[in-house]
Amino acid sequence: MNLDIMTQQSGEWLRGGGTDGDIVISSRIRLARNLSSFPFANRASAHQKAEIEHFLRDRLAKFDFLPKLHYLNLANLIPLDRQLLVERQMISRELANADGPRGVAITDTETISVMVNEEDHLRLQVLRSGFSLDECWQEIDRLDDAVEQKVNYAFSEEFGYLTACPTNVGTGMRASVMLHLPALVLKKEIEKVFRALQKINLAVRGLYGEGSRASGDFYQISNQVTLGKSETAILAEIRNVIPNIITYERQAREALTRESRQHLHDKIFRAKGTLGNATMMTSEETMDLLSSVRLGVHMNIIDDIDIAAVNELFIHTQPAHLQKLIGQALDGEERNSARARYLRARLRDIGTQLN
Amino acid sequence: MQPVIETEFRVKQCQNCSQPATVHVTNIVNGQKRELHLCQECSEKQEILKNQELNLSVILQTMIGQHVGAPTDELARLTCPACGIKYMEFKAEGRLGCPRDYQVFQKALEPLLLRIHRSTRHVGKIPPHASRNATVQAELMELRHKLREAVEVEAYEQAARLRDLIRQKEGQG
Repeated sequence: MNLDIMTQQSGEWLRGGGTDGDIVISSRIRLARNLSSFPFANRASAHQKAEIEHFLRDRLAKFDFLPKLHYLNLANLIPLDRQLLVERQMISRELANADGPRGVAITDTETISVMVNEEDHLRLQVLRSGFSLDECWQEIDRLDDAVEQKVNYAFSEEFGYLTACPTNVGTGMRASVMLHLPALVLKKEIEKVFRALQKINLAVRGLYGEGSRASGDFYQISNQVTLGKSETAILAEIRNVIPNIITYERQAREALTRESRQHLHDKIFRAKGTLGNATMMTSEETMDLLSSVRLGVHMNIIDDIDIAAVNELFIHTQPAHLQKLIGQALDGEERNSARARYLRARLRDIGTQLN
Repeated sequence: MQPVIETEFRVKQCQNCSQPATVHVTNIVNGQKRELHLCQECSEKQEILKNQELNLSVILQTMIGQHVGAPTDELARLTCPACGIKYMEFKAEGRLGCPRDYQVFQKALEPLLLRIHRSTRHVGKIPPHASRNATVQAELMELRHKLREAVEVEAYEQAARLRDLIRQKEGQG
């Protein structure tokens, strides 16, 4: 698998499209699984971790599963490549920054990833663009069964799938839907939504999962409970609440048009202007400005930028992607200047193509 | 290690007493993130504001202790025969050592699970090939632990014997 080619595409999670594709970005399910006859990764010796990695790499290599999985030995990758995989949502930041033998198997489509030696021996993940929890579940259930044909999972009838952290035990499942909610943020109504979600035991996290900031107004809604409820019941809880949040976001967009049209237009065009003219640009500022532009395109306020191009800019301006695209490692300052240069050039190209 | 920018939007409850939490602590230890959410009163009790890093394990102990009650001598002495983790180590780190721990520490874990999930029983998917050789797997884990101990004390003859036994058992699994 060639990671440099990967950079050219925008990846599954930002592919866009689908019903309510302006608000629902992607759906994801991950399953935590462990081998029954090894200590959990945090307790395993260096030797045992190597043994686990070797064992799982070997099983995954002989895996008769379609689509085909390609295994990457993360200990052998340079930090920039690992960061790239984080930005593409294929591995967790924890796995990227960890030490020791570890890996990930991914499909060409970037819809499936299997992490090895994360907090649990195996973390299976299925990621799809749009609101597609059911498709994700069907796929990951099939993947889980196929893996289980090759290895013995740590499972107990009482506690279900046994995990290193008691917060994941049972189904071992974390399902999430990523939403773009710029209008709720602008209207300062987002916290109300979070409080409502918390009451029904759903968590809200930022773009890169646990502990990450909600940059670009992207939010992940996920389940917290993994024990005492079936996978289907957990998925239904999330599935049922998403249409309500979509409605709130739509109402907030309408309210903005009605109540503060001028401010909204000003914010969106300033964002576009800054992206196309600034000479220094941090990743965070880029995300926030692109979020406004994305809102502008979807509300037909901006009509000369294609939404696919905006989605692509979100990912291409991430630190590792940017360095890959430019073809050299850059420190923070250089990166901000290179990012601004890249944005100016891209926005100019997009403008020329349309005129 | 990259700094983690923490923005939590939910109004968290204190992990000790369910009052709204006003003190939020995120620590990264060996790449593992640990979060704490406490109300002012509990945080002062635990002095985390004065000395955040040193007290992390104390706070976690308090938190887990809160769920399972004060550790009895029996609990304090509990050690998993398969992976060697002591109950006190789980209390300090918040991560279990191996699948067997769920059975070994069951009494202490159930109140914690109830608090996290409001349930202590799995009702979801059952792996289609489950428990075809659960006994062999449990034995394997114990043998591997013994092997590690043997290597540590340089009892190589015994280690070699254990290694052969493991290979033989792996064949069955």
